[in-house]
Amino acid sequence: MSDNILLKTEGVKVYYPVNNGLFQKPSYVKAVDGVDIEIKEGEVFGIVGESGCGKSTLGKAICKLIEPTDGQIYFDGQEIAKLSPKEMRPIRKGMQMVFQDPYASLNPRMSVHDIIAEPLKIHGLAKTKEEIDEKVIDLVRKVGLDVYHVNRYPHEFSGGQRQRIGIARALAVEPKLIIADEPVSALDVSIQSQVLNLMNQLKKEFNLTYIFVAHDLSVVEHISDRVGVMYLGNFVEVADKKELYRNPCHPYTQALLSAVPIPDPTAKKERIILEGNIPSALNPPTGCKFHTRCPKCMGICKEKVPERVEIAPGHEVYCHLYSEQK
Amino acid sequence: MAKEVVKTEKDDIKTPFKEFVRKFKKQKTALVALVFILFLVVLSFISYKIAPYGINEYDYSAIMQGPSSAHWFGTDEFGRDLFSRVICGTRISLAVGLFSVTIGAICGTLLGLIGGYYGGFLDSLIMRICDVLFAFPGIILAIAIVAILGSGLGNVVIAVAVFSTPTFARLVRSATLSLKGSVFVQAAKSLGASDARILFQHILPGAIPNIIVQYTMSIGNSILTASSLSFLGMGAQPPTPEWGLLLSNGRNYMMQSMHITLFPGLAIFLTVLAFNLLGDGLRDALDPKLSE
Repeated sequence: MSDNILLKTEGVKVYYPVNNGLFQKPSYVKAVDGVDIEIKEGEVFGIVGESGCGKSTLGKAICKLIEPTDGQIYFDGQEIAKLSPKEMRPIRKGMQMVFQDPYASLNPRMSVHDIIAEPLKIHGLAKTKEEIDEKVIDLVRKVGLDVYHVNRYPHEFSGGQRQRIGIARALAVEPKLIIADEPVSALDVSIQSQVLNLMNQLKKEFNLTYIFVAHDLSVVEHISDRVGVMYLGNFVEVADKKELYRNPCHPYTQALLSAVPIPDPTAKKERIILEGNIPSALNPPTGCKFHTRCPKCMGICKEKVPERVEIAPGHEVYCHLYSEQK
Repeated sequence: MAKEVVKTEKDDIKTPFKEFVRKFKKQKTALVALVFILFLVVLSFISYKIAPYGINEYDYSAIMQGPSSAHWFGTDEFGRDLFSRVICGTRISLAVGLFSVTIGAICGTLLGLIGGYYGGFLDSLIMRICDVLFAFPGIILAIAIVAILGSGLGNVVIAVAVFSTPTFARLVRSATLSLKGSVFVQAAKSLGASDARILFQHILPGAIPNIIVQYTMSIGNSILTASSLSFLGMGAQPPTPEWGLLLSNGRNYMMQSMHITLFPGLAIFLTVLAFNLLGDGLRDALDPKLSE
């Protein structure tokens, strides 16, 4: 891992307008509400959080599948948040996405060969048919599929195999950054580990950087170098993997980690059960968004949005509990 | 170093097309219809060569004769051989049907793709124009267009093309709308694919089955409309052996010699029926929701 910052976001917001009626002002679902992250070249940055916290939306906003409402995104030093779809095209070569549902993300009317060849054709990376064939076969081998089946159609493959096809397609343009949006959550547990190991192996081989979105804490622990925990459109805690899992500081992270099952029926552990449901992103709580469910809620939490506090090098928490320490 | 030989399986792959052929083979009626249509197509090419008499060969010694071994379909009021005229009419009817629906399908598909994909004002504009065209019954619209452009087969083709366009536009638009949001289209976008590539490589192939069915069904309909226009005197002009025109000529002698109307009528009937049956069979074979 180098110290080069590959991707940096500043105050990225994604708001979806909701129309209440003809004469009312539209209100907004604040899916992502001002996110600042820095991702170094060669690292795996895991994003976790419960359903609806905006983690997938953030991933899609970074690769501009969803236009961010506000904020800046710097990829490889270039500001991309305001670029038009046309200007964005050459940049997509450096940044690819692997999707959650391997059943829906492959066109059922294209053969595996054509699916993997498509990015090569789009970016003109292989001109002749022989070149394309050669590259496709190379990619198919790299992701551990049998070349023999390259002319088949996606419906004849299992979920894990399809996800490998999706990964091969993303790798075809030799990107620097891969945004993996819950790439294994649709797969069986045994297949999950295979795909994760493949991703790890490819990362070393191609010197990739991953943004790994997931809701499964153990998956994120397995693959990530750094982990960010999201709640209602914001990060609440960002830290190195080991630091975060050993020493979770934000009450929400603590509650999340206490819910990870331990594969030992006799082990006793204290679970922190959160009260209530995740509030609506349409009308999020004032102050710290977590205060309505926080077991350690204080007076200030209801009024003031917590600032970023760096409690250890690289360990950032957004919580008033730690602001006094500073 | 010798180039590495990579073996891939070529056979036994279930391509969507093979799957379709397998299902289509089970549609017996549609197969018969297909054979009949193929026969008509062949006939339209060779009809002038195999016709026993010229289409404008007058024989005043054999006027309005019934079917016989010399004149299989009998003769008309000028002694022209009806069999020769009917089989030569095949070319005209098929050409009018195919041309008009092809033009309509291409225009409609493009409009539907653009409207569905880009949405907004353009989409509203296209769909409102289609609504206006839909508000007229097809034949009335065709008559109106021919009235503006003048009579003649070329204008009939245009008229029929115009009234078959909105059906395709709506059909393709709805398919585009549903495919536009699919994950694989998003995936193509994230790869950096251009709009044209997304529209023609990812969205259009998904709409093709619907287009094929509508196309086949429309041909029957447009042959009927074109014949109707000729029957009304707005399409082909005498002495063209157009089926609708033959019917119209025979109408005056229906009481004395009904064979003059019977055979062209049968030709229209069988052709339209064959296209409709083929369309039904294609729909059944292409629709994944209908179980086998």
